[in-house]
Amino acid sequence: MQATNILILILGLGIFAFYLGRGRSLALAKPLGGIRHIHSLPSYYGAHVALWCALPSLLLLGLWMIFDDPLINSIVLKSLATGGMAIDASSESLLLNKITNLADGVLPRKGEEPALVVAADLMLRLQEISRWSLTALMMTLTLMGFGWSWSRISSTFRARPQVEKVMEKLLLSCACVAIFTTLGIVLSVLFESIQFFRSVPVDDFVFGLDWSPQTAIREDQVGSSGSFGAVPLFVGTLLISAVAMCIAVPVGLMSAIYLAEYASKSVRSFAKPALEVLAGIPTVVYGFFAALTVAPFLRDLGASFGLSVSSESALAAGGVMGVMIIPFISSLADDVITAVPQSMRDGSLAMGATKSETVRNVIIPAALPGIVGGIMLAVSRAIGETMIVVMAAGMAAKLTANPLDSVTTVTVQIVTLLTGDQEFDSPKTLAAFALGLMLFVVTLMLNIFALQIVKKYREQYD
Amino acid sequence: MTKPVSTPVNNLEKIRKSLGRRNRSERLFRWYGRLAIFIGLAAVTVLFTDIVSKGHGAFRIAYLQLDVEYNQDLIGVDNLSDPKQLILANWQAVPKQALREQFPDVSGRSDKRKLYGLVSNGAGFDLKDRLLANPLLLGTQEKVWILADDDIDTYYKSWLDGEPYAARLSDKQVKWIGELHDQGKIRLQFNSNLFTRGDSREPEQAGIRGAVMGSLFTLLLTLMLSFPIGVAAAIYLEEFAPKNRWTDFIEVNINNLAAVPSIIFGLLGLAIFINFFHVPRSVPIVGGLVLTLMTLPTIIITSRASIKSVPPSIREAALGMGASKYQMVLHHVLPLALPGMLTGAIIGMAQALGESAPLLMIGMIAFIVDIPGGFSDPATVLPVQIFLWADSPERAFIEKTSAAIMVLLSFLIVMNTSAVWLRKRLERRW
Repeated sequence: MQATNILILILGLGIFAFYLGRGRSLALAKPLGGIRHIHSLPSYYGAHVALWCALPSLLLLGLWMIFDDPLINSIVLKSLATGGMAIDASSESLLLNKITNLADGVLPRKGEEPALVVAADLMLRLQEISRWSLTALMMTLTLMGFGWSWSRISSTFRARPQVEKVMEKLLLSCACVAIFTTLGIVLSVLFESIQFFRSVPVDDFVFGLDWSPQTAIREDQVGSSGSFGAVPLFVGTLLISAVAMCIAVPVGLMSAIYLAEYASKSVRSFAKPALEVLAGIPTVVYGFFAALTVAPFLRDLGASFGLSVSSESALAAGGVMGVMIIPFISSLADDVITAVPQSMRDGSLAMGATKSETVRNVIIPAALPGIVGGIMLAVSRAIGETMIVVMAAGMAAKLTANPLDSVTTVTVQIVTLLTGDQEFDSPKTLAAFALGLMLFVVTLMLNIFALQIVKKYREQYD
Repeated sequence: MTKPVSTPVNNLEKIRKSLGRRNRSERLFRWYGRLAIFIGLAAVTVLFTDIVSKGHGAFRIAYLQLDVEYNQDLIGVDNLSDPKQLILANWQAVPKQALREQFPDVSGRSDKRKLYGLVSNGAGFDLKDRLLANPLLLGTQEKVWILADDDIDTYYKSWLDGEPYAARLSDKQVKWIGELHDQGKIRLQFNSNLFTRGDSREPEQAGIRGAVMGSLFTLLLTLMLSFPIGVAAAIYLEEFAPKNRWTDFIEVNINNLAAVPSIIFGLLGLAIFINFFHVPRSVPIVGGLVLTLMTLPTIIITSRASIKSVPPSIREAALGMGASKYQMVLHHVLPLALPGMLTGAIIGMAQALGESAPLLMIGMIAFIVDIPGGFSDPATVLPVQIFLWADSPERAFIEKTSAAIMVLLSFLIVMNTSAVWLRKRLERRW
């Protein structure tokens, strides 16, 4: 039986069990004189039975799905090895892939090595056994749970506290998904990165000036030993982020100040949502805009001044990214500016300062930590932004600070290294994970630091 | 030398003198603010007009009217219910024959090839579908509007706009189109292919249906997973979590995940779901899982805010009436917080709909012609389709890409306005 069918069956049984348990408690209550005389409400008895019915087998299903495939694969490989086939770590995954495809009928069986066909049959048989034993086990567990819970129903049985205890655990496990996600991210990038750093030394990666990740497929191929110096990528990322910040910070900050301090209510109620539209536009749209409208425009503009602007210039990608970040900065700055107490404004105005002097000398200094925090969050966003740079920035890793030139970024390289066909354990693929690790660490530090600043500042005036 | 004595009159004089300068800088500052707002609004306007002006043409596409003869010998079919004949049949011969009849004086190999290039190379299959729908047509003749090739379409539209773009056409093809136009045998029709077909290498046959369905399945899974989990997590953190280190740790994690670059989630999906759990690539299941993890923080944070906004008096009243803590939450807090949670969910879904970077990592970038019919069919999503088309060299794809962007943006506008509407409609002020 398919996993989804089992799932639906178990859920159906759970609902059925709920009504059975509820009915039994009602039947119990009747001779006693109504449901006031049993410990919990009938639906709690029902829920208790349903939980015992469904939860254990669902847990089993989850565990089974994790350990099912690896176990079958290792058995199949072992049978191949005892059959006299030499298997080393590198050919293992290739072989398994082939066997799986044979078993699924994706590859034709004709003309394949007989040993592989036998292995594919073995795999099919094992999968069959696994499916049936899973079904049988789950059914037994369901029935056992049902019987256990059913037998406990009595007028003094404390069903509600028990059900609530389980519910609390369920809620807690949902909250822990966030932790598992972080853990998953850290583990996935860390493990692959460690593998990568086994073949490429850390300092070559972090301080190397040459990035050309093409590795030789054949031994005798020319000029592609692969060098993984990530400095050009870091410089390119910083350059594009800097261009973006040059646009986003002044525009975002000034529009926040204007909206918070000067604008009339009607202007504010129109301009604020209109600016926030920019935040809701998907990045792929910005990428398209940057690549097909802004970049050619800048190139032609440069040509009319006699400048040679690359058609994948950092200026185009960074400029459009800056536009994307404007609402991010303006809404964060707006929050901190409006949080500055009115008494400080009033004090400054009463001393005879003009409004702009008040803003510059009183409000901005008071709001500075929050603004800095917001800008740091924006920087971390610019560094991690992917689609705009994938579409509008270049591929060639150049070490330059000229915004008219084409540069590449960390995220662009991650995408180019990981899309398309790839071997999972070549340094080329693993390099993407090492870059991901750098990206994760840097943005994490920026975020934690920025959140700390923002939080501290908020407490100050609340 | 005596020092100038600072008297009140003196100070007043100074202030009066500086007043002009100060007022000027005040005005200047105001103008900076206006300029900033203007730049922001101008960016919105330019972006939208650019997309619309590039993309509006894609909703119409050129068709040619030809006299088509469903000649049995030409096609090689005499029995339409025989699947073997249908496969072996030469469908493209029908529009070719019709073109030869339309332009009888064209001869020579290369000229004929150019002539056949006027219609889409899928035109024969469109005629096949038409024939299968009306089997009686076999052996008869009729006038049919046939899909033109994308280069013809691009040229014809640009020619109608008065700026002919004939770079990819030969002079003869341009002349033929002129003749067809004079006879009223070429026209623009509503481009239904755009909404009913999957992806294609041929721009005139490419549609967004496959991508829209892929997005739908992916988002459905994301919603089914992230909403319950997010709400449960929010309830736990707001109502049940003890104040301890573990809870703090969970909160720090959620806040940080909200700011992790989306591409990192793609790496997570690739390493964990695909390489470890062997979920197949390119399917909505894995896309949905990745987007679930990505939108969870958003949903948790907005759900917590809306739970927080339910006043404590409600909780105390429920507890005072003898409700258990769960009954209090399930019967009172949750229904009151639900509108806010739904708003958060819609915003989270809108984010997920526009997201493409993590999906590139997990293979949803593949070229897929078939329209996905379920969660485990290979699929792509709308933003990734836009990315793919934007990368295609054919000029006609620029128009298509912009049209796809317009569709994506209208989905997003609908989602976001409904979130705003829901909030206004259902929000309760305490």
